[in-house]
Amino acid sequence: MDYERSDRGRSAKKLPTAIKLLVAGGFGVGKTTLVSAVSEIRPLRTEELLTDRSLGIDDVAGVEAKNTTTVAMDFGRISVGEDYVLYLFGTPGQERFWFMWDELSAGALGAVILADTRRLADCFPAVDYFERRGTPFIVAVNCFDGARQYEVDEVRLALGLPAPLPILLCDARRRESGKEVLITLVKHAMEVNGKRPASV
Amino acid sequence: MNFNDELPEESWLDDQAGPIVRPYVMTRGRTEPIRGDFDLISLIASIRPVGAKEVGLNPEHLAIVRLCQEPLSVAEVAAHLDLPAGTIRVLLGDLLDRGYVTVQDPQPEVDMRDRRMYEAVLDGLRAL
Repeated sequence: MDYERSDRGRSAKKLPTAIKLLVAGGFGVGKTTLVSAVSEIRPLRTEELLTDRSLGIDDVAGVEAKNTTTVAMDFGRISVGEDYVLYLFGTPGQERFWFMWDELSAGALGAVILADTRRLADCFPAVDYFERRGTPFIVAVNCFDGARQYEVDEVRLALGLPAPLPILLCDARRRESGKEVLITLVKHAMEVNGKRPASV
Repeated sequence: MNFNDELPEESWLDDQAGPIVRPYVMTRGRTEPIRGDFDLISLIASIRPVGAKEVGLNPEHLAIVRLCQEPLSVAEVAAHLDLPAGTIRVLLGDLLDRGYVTVQDPQPEVDMRDRRMYEAVLDGLRAL
């Protein structure tokens, strides 16, 4: 070994810590739109090769021969101060169940489940998944033009969610609205995680 | 003809062969980095430029070192170079091993109770 390893301490500036937020929801509900609205960079796309050990769904029927699958994600970045940077991940494709990959959800601070009241059932799997996994989540109802405006209480009832869980109406295209969604999520995550026993 | 047990044989023959082969060659067949875990949101920063005498690095290695003069996540590096995250991890492992980059791993889940972190994030979001 004639190679002298450089000392990590030489790195001049301390790097910020990255925090992951997820945007889940059904196909075409506006996940990438929401990411675009709040991101400081043009949303980028990355592909992750995932193994199928966590797979328990019929969504990939027909590819049994493969041990892996590729999931594409759009993501954006929001720098918050010098110490933290938020990465917001959503998926543009039809993989309604992409968020079930534990590898992607692991370490996420929380998730926004985007809902379209015309197809509310599309977000049921996401609600089930994050409830089971214990990932803090909120529901943001994307108010599409022309869609009947539902009351938050109606959505809460339809999704069977308890009162403390935030549900809000939003316009995924608008930065201010997206900002409000993220603030609501982070506040909720703070509350949920603050109550957890230290062992979790 | 058993180059790689992980890939079904037909992958080499159908139209998917291109995107599978290229990154595979780029990592010289390796699927795991020699050092580091590299979460999708681990932040990478270059420490020093690559010297002219350095051998064994691809153009992609050099591109990463140039890109990461400003800290970028693994996901961003992958997106900018249009390569799968798995390929980028292998290349980053080489660069970490040779001391060209430093890595900041993300907040572990156990630290999610840190109130100061939440306050900082909320302040940052409100200032957007």
